[in-house]
Amino acid sequence: MVNALKRFLNTFLLFELVKGLMVTGRHLFARKITIQYPEERTPMSPRFRGLHALRRYPNGEERCIACKLCEAVCPACAITIESEERADGTRRTTRYEIDLIKCIYCGFCEESCPVDSIVETRIFEFHFENRGEHVITKEQLLAVGDKYEKQLAADRAADAKYR
Amino acid sequence: MSKFLLGIWGWFPDWSQILLLNLGKIFMILVPLILSVAYLTYAERKIIGYMQVRIGPNRVGPKGWLQPLADALKLLLKEIIVPAKASRFLFVFAPILTFAPAIAAWAVIPFTDNMWLANIDAGLLFILALTSMGVYGVIIAGWASNSKYAFLGSMRSAAQIVAYEIAMGFALVGVLMAAGSLNLREIVLHQQGGLHQWYIWPLFPLFLVYLISGVAETNRAPFDVAEGESEIVAGFHVEYSGMAFAIFFLAEYANMILISVMCSIMFLGGWMSPLDGILPAKVLALPVIGTVLGGGMHWLLLKMSFILFCFLWFRATFPRYRYDQIMRLGWKVFIPVTLVWIGVMGAVMFLTPWGFIFH
Repeated sequence: MVNALKRFLNTFLLFELVKGLMVTGRHLFARKITIQYPEERTPMSPRFRGLHALRRYPNGEERCIACKLCEAVCPACAITIESEERADGTRRTTRYEIDLIKCIYCGFCEESCPVDSIVETRIFEFHFENRGEHVITKEQLLAVGDKYEKQLAADRAADAKYR
Repeated sequence: MSKFLLGIWGWFPDWSQILLLNLGKIFMILVPLILSVAYLTYAERKIIGYMQVRIGPNRVGPKGWLQPLADALKLLLKEIIVPAKASRFLFVFAPILTFAPAIAAWAVIPFTDNMWLANIDAGLLFILALTSMGVYGVIIAGWASNSKYAFLGSMRSAAQIVAYEIAMGFALVGVLMAAGSLNLREIVLHQQGGLHQWYIWPLFPLFLVYLISGVAETNRAPFDVAEGESEIVAGFHVEYSGMAFAIFFLAEYANMILISVMCSIMFLGGWMSPLDGILPAKVLALPVIGTVLGGGMHWLLLKMSFILFCFLWFRATFPRYRYDQIMRLGWKVFIPVTLVWIGVMGAVMFLTPWGFIFH
């Protein structure tokens, strides 16, 4: 009876609604957490998984040895590799393509790679303007790797002790 | 120069002088009204953003001040699509029917002691009649669209307005019992003499009922089941696009402003200053302080802005009512509360010596 009366008074005299209004009223003056994206950015982990890249050794030789582990582990079947023997007797890829629409950016290719060749960079703002451009070729992947090698090496070094 | 202008003015025949004067007054009311509607949308997005710990629109122009203009321009350039099986005439007519009463009601609003378009004795009735007209636009829009969602929205809106119109009318009955007049200017003049004379104190329950019914009447959150974007997409205006859609929004915001100005006139003392009658005459004679602290339109605008802020505050705070809860609140809470308060008022005014509380 007393509880029912209390409940009635609480709802009838709008106490509960006023409590709710106080919460939003306080938030009106709270510090805003918006990040103005193109000008401000959130901090990024060295483990960030964005656009792919193929790396080279410091002497300019490409790392990939066409073991096809990444192709096998890829859950989305986004990687296509063809390989043949080069003149110096080593095995190299003739075709290394990633379908960026199939790719789910899980990072398994990077983990499976025995020579740290295929890696994922911090680039997440990329787009395609024509049909077919979403399949990126070996040349494009190597170019990305060459351009961001410094950052890639630093990120791998920062993460090395947890691997 | 002024003599020359007066001479030109004198050449107009009498009837056209009245016409021109009234057109000028209408213009002076409408242009600020439309502008404030535009900037109310901006204020709404900004304030609700702040309450959600966001910043809100800040890209168009300095601090986003040009956002409403950009929105208006976008809507103007868009095509108005009339659905294939819609009733064409009513489809176009419905937005006009919602917008016109929201604007026409401003004719009787007194802005200061001697500033109005029309000072009619049945001002309160006029406002009540015109605000109820707006719902026809919503119903016709829902019917003419020939869409199930739109029809559901307009049905809900119709039932809701019927329920809350009554409570709202009873709240106004309390005011007119206290003021003894339907003339809005006289209602304000009855509240002369400072903060403690405003009707919000003796008629506090009626003020709350009027404010909440006003929120329901304008189909604003938490009573926005007529739009209910999570249930019936956009309710009565699903099929509308471009300027026709914009007119519905103009009407909604114009109605909000109207409800808030009515609240300030009837319960918060209109253009009266809260310090009226408390401050000595010497202070009021001072050049700047006197004008600010004395009565005037700025007090009306201030009170209106506060009530409008409350509208936005409610929207940022409360979740939408379920349909049956809306009906329960309207029929089983508001109408009994107002009826009881009117009865108490009448009894106190005529049977006891404490009737002065309500006068």
